[in-house]
Amino acid sequence: MFNETVLKEIDEIKGRYPDFRSALLPALYVAQREFGWLSHEAMSYVARTLNLPEAMVRGTASFYSMFKHKEAGRHLIQLCTNVSCMILGAERLVDFLRTKYGMEPDNTTQDGRFSLVIMECIGACGTAPAMLVNTDFYDNLTEGKIEEILDKYK
Amino acid sequence: MGKILLKNIENSNSADINEYLKIGGYKSLIKAFEMQPKDIIGEIRESGLRGRGGAGFPTAMKWSFAFADTKFPKYLICNADEGEPGTFKDRPILEKNPHLLIEGMVISGYAIGAEHGYVYLRGEYPYAKEVLNKAIAQAYEKNYLGDNILGENIKFHLTVYQGAGAYICGEETALIESLEGKRGQPRSKPPFPVNVGAWAMPTIINNVETLSNIPYIISVGGAGYSKIGARECTGPKLYSVSGCVEKPGVYELPMGTILRDIIFNYAGGIKSGKKLKAVFPGGISTPVLPADNIDCPMDFISMPRFGSMLGSGAVIVMDESVCMVKVAYRALKFFEHESCGKCTPCREGTDWLRKILERIECGKGREGDIELLSEVVDIMYGRCFCPLGDSAAGLVMSMIKHFRNEFEEHIRDKKCKNQK
Repeated sequence: MFNETVLKEIDEIKGRYPDFRSALLPALYVAQREFGWLSHEAMSYVARTLNLPEAMVRGTASFYSMFKHKEAGRHLIQLCTNVSCMILGAERLVDFLRTKYGMEPDNTTQDGRFSLVIMECIGACGTAPAMLVNTDFYDNLTEGKIEEILDKYK
Repeated sequence: MGKILLKNIENSNSADINEYLKIGGYKSLIKAFEMQPKDIIGEIRESGLRGRGGAGFPTAMKWSFAFADTKFPKYLICNADEGEPGTFKDRPILEKNPHLLIEGMVISGYAIGAEHGYVYLRGEYPYAKEVLNKAIAQAYEKNYLGDNILGENIKFHLTVYQGAGAYICGEETALIESLEGKRGQPRSKPPFPVNVGAWAMPTIINNVETLSNIPYIISVGGAGYSKIGARECTGPKLYSVSGCVEKPGVYELPMGTILRDIIFNYAGGIKSGKKLKAVFPGGISTPVLPADNIDCPMDFISMPRFGSMLGSGAVIVMDESVCMVKVAYRALKFFEHESCGKCTPCREGTDWLRKILERIECGKGREGDIELLSEVVDIMYGRCFCPLGDSAAGLVMSMIKHFRNEFEEHIRDKKCKNQK
């Protein structure tokens, strides 16, 4: 279950909205931060904390692509391949991540270092191709630049 | 035209409240508090401001509906769920000019009688969230937000709500559902959010860029503002240009700037001396335009006459080397992924369109596939619950209309020329 500090944090979030149910998405983010991903157990903690049916919590969580439903690697790479990024070679970068690091979309590398998710537009079309590593933003990507960046994430 | 929305953003400290105050920030708020709410709405009406989210609905009209509703509390929501592929125009405001948005929201809240505002921010903008939260804290400190703003009996609170990666939440009723902690599926309209919105209360939802125009309108007056831009589409507009151009980026230009000018003058023309092939003028949800149809004024009224729409003003430029079948396929993969599943034409239609486009692109297209695409498009068009399905259908329709030969070539040669 969540510790006291987290319970207090969720309680504070509830107070920001006219109806406590609005705290569901923020609480799921908190659970994801605490456990790294949303296991059934984590979602049932959220359900109990907010006094909501578990089915409702799972139904909501599964709708949004930023909630992770399996254990992720130490670093999450979110690479955009939507039209603006695609035009400027994002698919080549997916191939590069595959051959150089053994990454597959929606999978984690054997050593648990990286998880790769293909994103639908991260609003960096003017400096495409672009990706997020955890919450760090990188753009104007090339194979060489990716190598340099990923060296920082052990 | 001097910059209004992107004013001062070259200053690396532009997000700080003190820098904003130095360039006259929050002066419009003081002026607005000396006005009656209905007079503020009057100025907005005279300004001719239209919503910048994509639909171009007159802002004052929306506001007056909520103003006239007698239910309280009322809510103001800023739609910062900037998710339309190709669109990155709200990002510089959120990251570099957050106080302009906050000032616009406090004025708007005062005008419609809302005491609480929410910024629905897309989950993919973690940095914007940080900047915005810091800016909100500063605004509370300086008493531009709170229970007695600037000592007046005026109350406005602001909360950032982080979305979680669902494109459909940019649609206003889906956004409300999401803000209420539910799956982001659109609601049927009517009732409209202006009467029955967030938590069943009158709610105004405006785009980041729309709200950021408010301080300037109050400062120069509606009549002054209406001199900028086109006749029925006034004001400055942020155009985000991406793809095969020399200088991609966000350009603040008068509404109605000619598309050719945006591409060839401001964005420096096509990269590496190649030839222009096609453009999405307002994100992938707006029908594609071929290279010979770009002399159109980029505003809400003019664009439909040229067979497309202004949308979010996200100009995606494609040169001669880009395969249009591949673009259509990638775009439909997006729409299929983002379809919320509520209505059948969109849920099934996007899946069908993606499958057919995928096989054409992969060299497995069949005779009659183009007709099949058109048939699915016809079934979808106008029958979807919200604009998402229509946009997907419109994209495929425009692709076949202008680039039919490329589709035929793929089917005939059983390959994509661009694939190795």
